[in-house]
Amino acid sequence: MLSSRLFARRTAFTATRSYATNVAKYNGVKNANGNYVVSFIEGDGIGIEISKAVKKIYAAAEVPIEWESCDVTPIIKDGNTAIPQAAIDSINKNLVALKGPLATPVGKGHRSLNLTLRKTFDLFANVRPAKSIEGYATPYENVDTVLIRENTEGEYSGIEHTVVPGVVQSIKLITREASEKVIKYAFEYARAINRKKILVVHKATIMKLSDGLFVETAKEVAKAFPDVSLDFEIIDNTALKVVTKPSQYNDVVMVMPNLYGDIMSDLASGLIGGLGLTPSGNMGDKVSIFEAVHGSAPDIAGQNKANPTALLLSSCIMLQHMGLEQYGERIQKAVLKTIASGKENRTGDLKGSASTSHFTEQVIKNLE
Amino acid sequence: MLRTAFNAQRRTFATQAAESLLPKKYGGRYTVTLIPGDGIGKEITDSVVEIFQSQRLPIDWETVNVTGGEDSKEGVKEAVESLKRNKVGLKGIWHTDVSRSGQGSLNVAFRKELDIYASLALIKNIPGVKTKLEGIDLVLIRENTEGEYSGLEHESVPGVVESLKIITQYKSERIAKFAFDFAKKNGRKQVTAVHKANIMKLADGLFRKTIQTIGAEQYPEIVTKDIIVDNASMQAASNPQQFDVLVTPNLYGAILSNIGTALVGGPGLVPGANYGREFAVFEPGSRHVGLDIQGQGVANPTAMILSSALLLRHLGLNAEADKLSDAVYKVIKDGKTTTRDIGGSASTKEFTQAIIAELNA
Repeated sequence: MLSSRLFARRTAFTATRSYATNVAKYNGVKNANGNYVVSFIEGDGIGIEISKAVKKIYAAAEVPIEWESCDVTPIIKDGNTAIPQAAIDSINKNLVALKGPLATPVGKGHRSLNLTLRKTFDLFANVRPAKSIEGYATPYENVDTVLIRENTEGEYSGIEHTVVPGVVQSIKLITREASEKVIKYAFEYARAINRKKILVVHKATIMKLSDGLFVETAKEVAKAFPDVSLDFEIIDNTALKVVTKPSQYNDVVMVMPNLYGDIMSDLASGLIGGLGLTPSGNMGDKVSIFEAVHGSAPDIAGQNKANPTALLLSSCIMLQHMGLEQYGERIQKAVLKTIASGKENRTGDLKGSASTSHFTEQVIKNLE
Repeated sequence: MLRTAFNAQRRTFATQAAESLLPKKYGGRYTVTLIPGDGIGKEITDSVVEIFQSQRLPIDWETVNVTGGEDSKEGVKEAVESLKRNKVGLKGIWHTDVSRSGQGSLNVAFRKELDIYASLALIKNIPGVKTKLEGIDLVLIRENTEGEYSGLEHESVPGVVESLKIITQYKSERIAKFAFDFAKKNGRKQVTAVHKANIMKLADGLFRKTIQTIGAEQYPEIVTKDIIVDNASMQAASNPQQFDVLVTPNLYGAILSNIGTALVGGPGLVPGANYGREFAVFEPGSRHVGLDIQGQGVANPTAMILSSALLLRHLGLNAEADKLSDAVYKVIKDGKTTTRDIGGSASTKEFTQAIIAELNA
């Protein structure tokens, strides 16, 4: 079964052209009201408040979207963590979902819900832009990085065992199939956002075969994208350079295996002021889920203090993915304008004094 | 059965770790292996040699010229043998070429061969070097011999590669002890284990648990914490002042040391060392070869000079070590003769001369 699948991929690999044009493409259609339907996983804790804010702003901006609420509270199915069938059906039907923060279920045996979502819908690529926000200065100026992370294998394969007591092997799995998919997506994304440079971040000096395969695959894939340049960098250097002078990455799209992507995307968030300002999209061939990557902050939940920025910005990448980029740009502009407009319009996490609802009203006011 | 054997082994190790196996001294002088390495290695080790000579320090260098660019297994062997004789070395970085397949990194081979398991990078603001964030003073201790750098990889079927990350209790324990001992000796308060145990539950789980156990059982006076590696990276960029001693498996250490290096002003400023039970090799803490500025005479030798001060301290030459590092800090703080990477215009030679002048003052 495995070998036949691989064999099939092999043949597909030579026929790069046809595959390349439809990686993670949105194929949704409008409903009778002329709207697209999007599954909305409001999430836990502050998720409820920030989801409300998003809905209000979308209504005000007259985005042609209808929301379908979606509960993903996990169930245990055949001993594994699973998502309720109704939620799976909703997302499979709508092809796109927006997701607030989820509280991690405590207890052993629970796979993280994020991982479960990724596996359920085969979300193979994680898109993480990080852009400096005017009005919230950090020591790092002019950050504008875009990073794409392989989302299904690598160090997070989940294949581990104890060989003898005190000796553990953890397997990092790199396949040509998954590498090809995420790298192709990166090339297409680079084209879509008009950055004509791909930077593959790796550690093939040490992991010659596994990271080497990722690197080699990138060289193969690049042949189908003659208009996009391809470069490589050891992760050590990227870490050093992105902190030293982040702006030197402002014209590239970075793509990397799972763990490196995890670390570097959070590092980039650290440069702009944290996860509360960072959008994220998880892309699959059929379905894509856009999410706020911050936690559910139970300590301030229900107090009208939460910052909906990350969820709003994530929704803007979603709109871009759906071909509704004009709405996305408009909302993003309004959000950034609101943050830049003064302390009284910023939430507490950005050292401001605004409530969630005040911030929301201001964003609506700033919609042009 | 295995359990007992393991415990017995642990017992012996614990007592051995306390022993100090200092290099031998002949006629009042030490012989130290000097491996310039590639890139700017020659320029910055020349700087150290010149300073040591000017101060008549009791060190004789045994230079091993090996480069990573050629097929140099033999060369590494020579370096290893020299170190086995001398027990202590000063080393630049070897370049690892990505395209050259079938041969591992010489740096990794070297560390494994000598079992220099603990790598240390001292990440600290240097007065006079302008940086985005101030008040950083953290020590990064990195396991050097296993983890993601096991070198065990294979292609199961075409297009499917497995790479093994190995974490053992034995090696996690010894790096834990090294970290806590270091913290204790240097008046540090807190040791934080960096891991990804939420995903790699067994491997990183073992690392995390081992650090916690050793900390709680044997070093109650030191606070033991842990942090997930992605969060650690984010925190390092935004709030690095919270960290004291960080202890990490191999790969996370590589990434974090580079973030730290960027924070304090670049690879030319961060000293480091690799320690084993028997051998110690001192090399810049952020392992950059510097091929781009090689041969131009503009490299900043500070990291190498401060690493050589650590070497002096290791040999028990504490007064000499203090004098040397004070002189380096003074010259940088004065800001008249500094290298290009930190905003000056001096050459490597001019900076070296300024330090010698300061030492002789």
